[in-house]
Amino acid sequence: MNIQLDEAGRLRHFLTTEGLSRDLLEQILGTAASFSEVIEKSVKKVPLLRGRTVINLFFEPSTRTRTTFELAAKRLSADVLNINLATSATSKGESLLDTLQNLQAMQCDMFVVRHADSGTAHFIAEHVAPHVSVVNAGDGRHAHPTQAMLDMYTIRRHKGDFEPLRVAIVGDIAHSRVARSQIHALNALGAGEVRVIAPRTLLPKDVENLGVHVYHDIDAGLRDADVVMSLRLQKERMQGALLPSEHEYYQLYGITRARLALAHPEAIVMHPGPINRGVEIESSVADGPQSVILNQVTNGIATRMAVMSMCLEGRSVVGEPT
Amino acid sequence: MKRIHIKGGRVVDPASGLDAVTDLCIAEKRFVGIGATPDGFVADQVIDATGLLVIPGLIDLGTHLREPGEEHKATIASEVTAAARAGVTCLCPSPATDPVTDTTAVVELITRRARQTRMTRVMPIGALTRGLEGRQLSEMAALKAAGCVAVSDGGRPVTNTLVLRRALEYAATHDLTVILTPQDPDLTDGSWMHEGWVSTRMGVPGIPVAAETAALARYLALVEETGTRTHFARLSSARGMTMLARARQSGLPVSADVAMHHLFLSDMDVSGFNPLCHVLPPLRNDGDRAALREAVASGTIQAICSDHQPHDPDAKAGTLLASEPGISGIDTLLALTLRLVEDKVMDLRSALARVTCDAADVLGVPRGRITEGRSADLCLLDPEEPWWLTSESMASRGRNSPFLGWELTGRVRWTLLEGRVLHPSPELDESA
Repeated sequence: MNIQLDEAGRLRHFLTTEGLSRDLLEQILGTAASFSEVIEKSVKKVPLLRGRTVINLFFEPSTRTRTTFELAAKRLSADVLNINLATSATSKGESLLDTLQNLQAMQCDMFVVRHADSGTAHFIAEHVAPHVSVVNAGDGRHAHPTQAMLDMYTIRRHKGDFEPLRVAIVGDIAHSRVARSQIHALNALGAGEVRVIAPRTLLPKDVENLGVHVYHDIDAGLRDADVVMSLRLQKERMQGALLPSEHEYYQLYGITRARLALAHPEAIVMHPGPINRGVEIESSVADGPQSVILNQVTNGIATRMAVMSMCLEGRSVVGEPT
Repeated sequence: MKRIHIKGGRVVDPASGLDAVTDLCIAEKRFVGIGATPDGFVADQVIDATGLLVIPGLIDLGTHLREPGEEHKATIASEVTAAARAGVTCLCPSPATDPVTDTTAVVELITRRARQTRMTRVMPIGALTRGLEGRQLSEMAALKAAGCVAVSDGGRPVTNTLVLRRALEYAATHDLTVILTPQDPDLTDGSWMHEGWVSTRMGVPGIPVAAETAALARYLALVEETGTRTHFARLSSARGMTMLARARQSGLPVSADVAMHHLFLSDMDVSGFNPLCHVLPPLRNDGDRAALREAVASGTIQAICSDHQPHDPDAKAGTLLASEPGISGIDTLLALTLRLVEDKVMDLRSALARVTCDAADVLGVPRGRITEGRSADLCLLDPEEPWWLTSESMASRGRNSPFLGWELTGRVRWTLLEGRVLHPSPELDESA
């Protein structure tokens, strides 16, 4: 049984792209496309979630993700509450449950959750009242499904069908919730080949099992790629003895113009942000003609509107007169 | 002392190989007749054991009783009572108490509290180093004199190799078994589960098998050097089994145990972020579990323990990563032992040996056997009776079991320690 789906197989929570069907992911992309049209027509608001309350519950700092969730909720006419509880990873489970129950007592309809620990969104979904939906805005290294879906949406817009595509994900796969969610989504949508490119210290154990081809040599990995995804490299990776220096990382794995030339001439370059220029990617690539990094941000709003409206669709509003 | 006559039960004594429907006579705390009734024996109490399995009381090498220090989780009284109900007659609590079991005062506190309950016998394990800090030796001779049956790192490995060598030598001087936990702290800390494809999917930092094998290799080198009798606690991996088998073949004085849950669960059981499956060492993969089962069956591993770690509800009420490790295992030790037989992992005699005489032999204590003249520690159970493990049915104060909801077979009817009935009706009028 998938905790994310209701009895009718509709989206109830959105916690991970793992285990979701191609049809459902296509439905998210289709819904996002129709919202994009609405937004682009300068009618920025639709009344789908009027009277609903969405709580952005962020235990970890975020600008881009929180803002686009907020915008998405507002464009769906929902009331939005932002709660930042940027605490350490040692925050006790019990207080998490307490926080949850208190917020739930305010009769909200959806939690958008970010937390430094893998599994937190899952935990919250298991403990909320039946009418409440949970959307994962990133949990530890586990999943960041709306980021993955906005990436899929961006790929679809620029490259069309997934079947013929070679997608290369470069960088710190081990610590990346984005990469995990992207890999599951790409495989479910039938992408031709998914590659991961990184030194062994930045690859999780048995990563092939996720359905990817592993490359340690970036030149080989980028050859003929249609989509190049760069991941953010956290500065603290040097401390854990995962890498010797930013300098050597850039020398070996930085996405430069020269390396990008190995990819398909019409390849697009993506990055979930925020970018470390000169660490994982060269500025001229990030700002270059093949970059769709800012499109990703824009597409984030429509994609999050799609997920939020699908989760709450058909669910009754609490306290609404019948 | 009451004289007890146990009649008509199927008596299985794994040490001697006895497996027959026969009678047992108990007087002056000891077995005085096995099969035959001694001349002039008149019983004060007759127990009709028809249809029951009569076996030595279980000996559990790995338990945390939480007292002193964490009485909000459990107490000595609550857990020895639970043990008695579960057919366990001897418990060896870990020295990782607060304060640590590194002085005679703490040992005496534990044994006195246990004695006062007049339930299951407690045989404490002392600390190998003071405060379990891995710097100074504990007063092992004094600990032994106070009743400690072994000394241990209590799950906090000694990182200084020189200190560890000295500790092994000093323990050998006093003929104490050293119990070591093979877990390299650098490869373990900050991680929650077995490192493998399941942890990769879940994005949960994983503990590699090398956390066990690297530590084991280091320990084996020192055992070779010092010749100290050493017992490895809670092994978890197939590669660890290979190393252990090789060490035993080469004649090193080493033994090992495994936690019962490692024989039934794997990292797949953690995949829903289930905090009840958060344990140390972590539940490893199906291949490891199969290797552990094989090692227990072949005798490469001598003992199965409960690794009993009762928790308060809050310890497991949050997410996997916010939860404390450990399973409350005393309630299920016997039923899961029988499940190993049902699952055709091993025969009844071998399975029972791992929780009775073999466990006793690790410590060199004369228990876990049905032998004339020896202490009459017994468990009488109905081997066919099914029951469900529920939060309410657990006797331990800790209800943190991943086996909740399992249907188990084998219900304890009577537990006797030194010829005295602990369960179902403790006799409060007798002297110890």
